[in-house]
Amino acid sequence: MSVPESLFFFLDPNRCIGCESCVQACSECDTHKGHSMIHLERVNRYESPQTIPVVCMHCDSPTCAEVCPADAIKRTEDGVVQTARKPRCIACSNCVLACPFGVPKMNTDYELMMKCDMCYDRTSEGKRPMCATVCPSQALFFGTHAEIQALRPRSRSLNTFQFGRQTIHTKVQMMVPREAPVMHIDVAAAWHDPQGEDEQDDPMLSAALFELPVLSN
Amino acid sequence: MAAAVGLATTALMVVAILIGSRRLAHFDAALVGYTFATLFATFGISYRFTIWLQRPPTAMYWKRGWQVFLRPDSLGRNLVQWLKRLGAIFFANSFIWRRGISRGAAHWLVMWGCILASAITFPLVFGWIHFEFTDATFQSYTAVMFGFPVFSFGIHSIPGYLIFHGLVWASFLVIAGVMIAMRRRMVGHDARALQRFGEDFLPLILLYAVSVTGLMLVVSYKWMNGYAYDFLAITHAVTVIGTLLWMPFGKLFHIFQRPAQLGVLFYKDAGRRGEQARCVVCSQEYASLMHIEDLIEVERQLGYRYDFPEGSVDHYQRVCPRCRRLTVAAVQTQLWASAAVPAQPEISAPPSHS
Ligand code: SF4
Ligand code: SF4
Repeated sequence: MSVPESLFFFLDPNRCIGCESCVQACSECDTHKGHSMIHLERVNRYESPQTIPVVCMHCDSPTCAEVCPADAIKRTEDGVVQTARKPRCIACSNCVLACPFGVPKMNTDYELMMKCDMCYDRTSEGKRPMCATVCPSQALFFGTHAEIQALRPRSRSLNTFQFGRQTIHTKVQMMVPREAPVMHIDVAAAWHDPQGEDEQDDPMLSAALFELPVLSN
Repeated sequence: MAAAVGLATTALMVVAILIGSRRLAHFDAALVGYTFATLFATFGISYRFTIWLQRPPTAMYWKRGWQVFLRPDSLGRNLVQWLKRLGAIFFANSFIWRRGISRGAAHWLVMWGCILASAITFPLVFGWIHFEFTDATFQSYTAVMFGFPVFSFGIHSIPGYLIFHGLVWASFLVIAGVMIAMRRRMVGHDARALQRFGEDFLPLILLYAVSVTGLMLVVSYKWMNGYAYDFLAITHAVTVIGTLLWMPFGKLFHIFQRPAQLGVLFYKDAGRRGEQARCVVCSQEYASLMHIEDLIEVERQLGYRYDFPEGSVDHYQRVCPRCRRLTVAAVQTQLWASAAVPAQPEISAPPSHS
């Protein structure tokens, strides 16, 4: 079994409303019972209601797997990077510290790294991952390109990320404005914001306001 | 390099067999198949182990692990810690029990069964240990190790019973452990989603086959007047040799990889005592500086280029995982913020398929 080629995971962090449904749903997934693999980050609790969900992006050349000294992380043929194999992981945290998206979690009690494996038990059968079935704002969406295009005419998806001089392609796609003249998401942009000091220009804050639900029509 | 190490280890093994069996004086020719399988496994395991050690992240941990362990100022403390950790992690499997009772029980039973069986069979097969009658009364045996008499026991004594049935006890442990593991693999949804036949079932099947055919040999000569003994002996040999040959390639290789965990613990100890890395974004401590510097080096060796040629931050590794999560989202949000606000707001309905 493998994840059908027509189905993709689309991530749109700034649609997140912080309801924590994904966190709950993730912890109910059978492959890591009781442990949520989703990081739901509060961006700046004092200034903004913005929250963002972070899941594994399933990189084409996963840094987590390459820096693993124990060969504990494997990528399936259909591009899903699996959580650490229990007999192998030696809990060194290399993967936790090396993942450019900050995804793997170290479970110190089990001495085991755990991370999202895109609900492989479900997605390999064509079902949606747990988080995407419950996300009311569709910040986490699993479906075809046609579906997402119909739902978000203003958006398109990108799966190329730039970290310094390193380009990373991922299986998971991130939604960006259709008019945005970018070919990749460059993290350096976050640090070289010329107006970074001005609170109104705080990208998280302005986006949070920008994204408040619009209920006209 | 790896082949040379493999050959050298195998040669050492041959020498150890020659010396330990007093130039094959106590070597049982019937067991030669097992010996060759063991030699092949020795070559395969040391070959693969060497290749594994050469991977940049493994090589770094290997080198650093020994460095921090042997540091003169902490060697004493490390030795004490080592003994404690050996007991808790390896002999008691503490972390596996914390993952679940059935996991712990299965692993612990299989592991001790295999340790017991190996401790008995390998020295016997190599001729390192054999038993001789102590005197002409033929009432007691003396265990002879490497040619030196070690201890004696009565043939019908309790120690004698325990010793001669050592492999029976070992197979009971292994079979019980395999049963628990098999059950978990069949009913546990987590296992069912991620397991692979070769990685997860094959080792259990092999261990089970070795144990059951071994037990049947005992049943045959004890209670069935040696019925089908030859057939059983060959079947048993095939399962054991198959397992030995497969060892370097499959899941059982974790027996040799897993001890690296101890080195990692000392690395972490040293990291905690040393200087900490502070995130360039939030200024929080998030790992030991040694670990971050080592990881930057490992990533460079692997060909990753997470460095920033200009700006105040030299490497993405200097950002803590939480700030990385926020950064990626921040850039996406910036893109939205800088995009023109459309005339028609986007309305989306939840998808209908499940
Ligand atoms: S996002 Fe991180 S955890 Fe996921 S595959 Fe990439 S490097 Fe690994
Ligand atoms: S924590 Fe486990 S999975 Fe992660 S790099 Fe270390 S050994 Fe590999």
